[in-house]
Amino acid sequence: MPMKVGNESFNNRVGEGIQNTFMRSAVSGAQDRLETNRQLATEDLGNWEEWRSLGEEIRQHVLANLDYYLTQLSEQVAARGGHVFFAATAEEAQVYIAEVANKKQAKKIVKSKSMVTEEIDLNHYLEEHVGCRVIETDLGEYILQLDNDLPSHIVAPALHRKKEQVQESFQRHHHYEGSERPEELTKHARKMLRDDYLTADIGITGCNFAVAETGSVCIVTNEGNADLSTALPKTQITVMGMERLVPTFEELEVLVNMLTRSAVGQKLPSYVTVLSGPRQEGDVDGPEEFHLVIVDNGRSEILGSEFQAILQCIRCGACANICPVYRHVGGHSYGSIYSGPVGAVLSPLLGGYDEYKELPFASTLCGACTDVCPVKIPLHELLHKHRQTIVEKEGRAPVSERFLMSIFGIGSSSSGMYKFGSKVASSVLKPLTKNEQLSKGIGPLKNWTDIREFPAPKKERFRDWFENRQKGDD
Amino acid sequence: MKVSLFATCLVDMFQTNVGKATVELLEHLGCEVIFPKGQICCGQPAYNSGYVKEAKEAMKNMITTFDDAEYIVCPSGSCAYMFREYEKVFANDAQWSSRAKRLANKTYELTQFIVEVLGITDVGASFNGNVTYHMSCHMTRLLGVKSAPFTLLDNVRGLTYTELPNKTTCCGFGGTFSVKMTPISEQMVDEKVQHIIETGATYLVGADEGCLMNIRGRAERLGAHVQVLHIAEILNSRKAEVRA
Repeated sequence: MPMKVGNESFNNRVGEGIQNTFMRSAVSGAQDRLETNRQLATEDLGNWEEWRSLGEEIRQHVLANLDYYLTQLSEQVAARGGHVFFAATAEEAQVYIAEVANKKQAKKIVKSKSMVTEEIDLNHYLEEHVGCRVIETDLGEYILQLDNDLPSHIVAPALHRKKEQVQESFQRHHHYEGSERPEELTKHARKMLRDDYLTADIGITGCNFAVAETGSVCIVTNEGNADLSTALPKTQITVMGMERLVPTFEELEVLVNMLTRSAVGQKLPSYVTVLSGPRQEGDVDGPEEFHLVIVDNGRSEILGSEFQAILQCIRCGACANICPVYRHVGGHSYGSIYSGPVGAVLSPLLGGYDEYKELPFASTLCGACTDVCPVKIPLHELLHKHRQTIVEKEGRAPVSERFLMSIFGIGSSSSGMYKFGSKVASSVLKPLTKNEQLSKGIGPLKNWTDIREFPAPKKERFRDWFENRQKGDD
Repeated sequence: MKVSLFATCLVDMFQTNVGKATVELLEHLGCEVIFPKGQICCGQPAYNSGYVKEAKEAMKNMITTFDDAEYIVCPSGSCAYMFREYEKVFANDAQWSSRAKRLANKTYELTQFIVEVLGITDVGASFNGNVTYHMSCHMTRLLGVKSAPFTLLDNVRGLTYTELPNKTTCCGFGGTFSVKMTPISEQMVDEKVQHIIETGATYLVGADEGCLMNIRGRAERLGAHVQVLHIAEILNSRKAEVRA
């Protein structure tokens, strides 16, 4: 499965994540920094809640009229001489892009950051079926590609890496002799990439938003790499998830504003690149040929389902930046290129419950993600919907848990059962109790007492106290 | 004013002191406290784990039990929120929807009830000690009660308050999450305990026994010198010497 990260089981991935103190200090440091910046940048707008409502409205409107806007987008791209391909599956997208690359006899492809190309595992496919080199130009992706590593965050793919590790990678692969200073590391990558931009046959980009009215694609970067990836090579291929649309430039402005503030706390990114198809008569630069690949790959199944709201996502990563679970386990624990709360909702939908059934349960439903989402996706509610689906529709819960829950159903609805159970609890647990504490529980209590003390049930329950007190009053 | 107390199962069985403090506090503020005996559990453990069918059985029992209540007051933000959520859970159930909605609309978390309904910001409590406060997620984000506990703590004589770093971050309880995802929960509660220690406070106070049981249990296991109290216990404390 293309979007999958690693082959380890969920528990092993989490275990590895928790053990990786280097990664955890990188992630928690980045989280604190990004969330502080996000708060400042959103408060700066004055009425952030109104902006969120507007963002939500725009995204819901697009999803409700997706057929219309996709048609409009396709027509506009075609009118400017571009090619549009609608890929129903990851395979269809891979095959189409490989065909274009083969036709161009591409030896080298430069690529700006794109999650959907990670989702369809494009790089490996092209290397295998076209035999060309595919070079990631986003600094984070560039670093990961050197070590065949995968993104652990949807905006900052190399969030799990520290600068010393980057230095070490550069030393190993490029005989880099510089320091671990970010400026120097960046300078090195920049120098290496220059040649690639100039000699690449094809530039592949992702797409933050496509503007339906004009047939344009908008790419947001801080490095200018999308500009270079599209201005120099003769052929440009842009790959987009089928929901990543806005009707006009007016909505684009709103969402780009919200995206960069939510993602990294920037009022404006360094580059907002808007490209409208191939070079037109009179243009001084731009590609000779332009292909827009619109990827479904499971999205139309989500559309119209109870999970539709997840398609509102603008991939800002704010939910991961605040998530207390992500903080401790890191992005790779999710086993998917989509990590954090959005990944925990999206991965089971795109990749199936067989692979991702644990993710919806790896949350305390604390709601922090829902609170920061710029387009108001009720993330914790969607996680809860997954749980219900997994338990009730899919019947995938463990037998022991189902048994306990059925007892809960009976015990919590029949007064007699509860009264008896809670009354005798203190005596039943007595052998395990010491100083009114349980330190070594059994059964479902074991996991609790593995790391915490558990209070012994009181012999006189609150309800007994209340009743006795009333009797005293009478 | 007649108040029906929804004590919660954790308070009924384990933290009976919280229930007693809640009753005494409400009576002190002039309320007549009723304890509807049929109450068991709000259904949250099953509901949040995805067992909605089982949870609904618990919920129907609660709806029936509290049908006649004028106000329902609960010393737990997440359990109070669960009652509020009944409206949504039974929205398409002709037999239960209007009763569920009625229940939801008359339910309040304890501090919310005191500030919003009774209009009281000073309960006349005295408590000598350095206190820090954990903002429980469901109470803060879902029920939307953000300021009431602070308003009330502000007016407790003798109390010094130190803010908890990352005060809105989850403690790692999450109901069944705490036993299903123990290794992750452990990391979360460890960071919480660490932050509590950093404040130098003697008392960690909160308004949700679930979170408090998690934090207390871990703090005790780690041998941390901090006492975990429910806010009702602070607000019901009137005997301590007044420092100011």
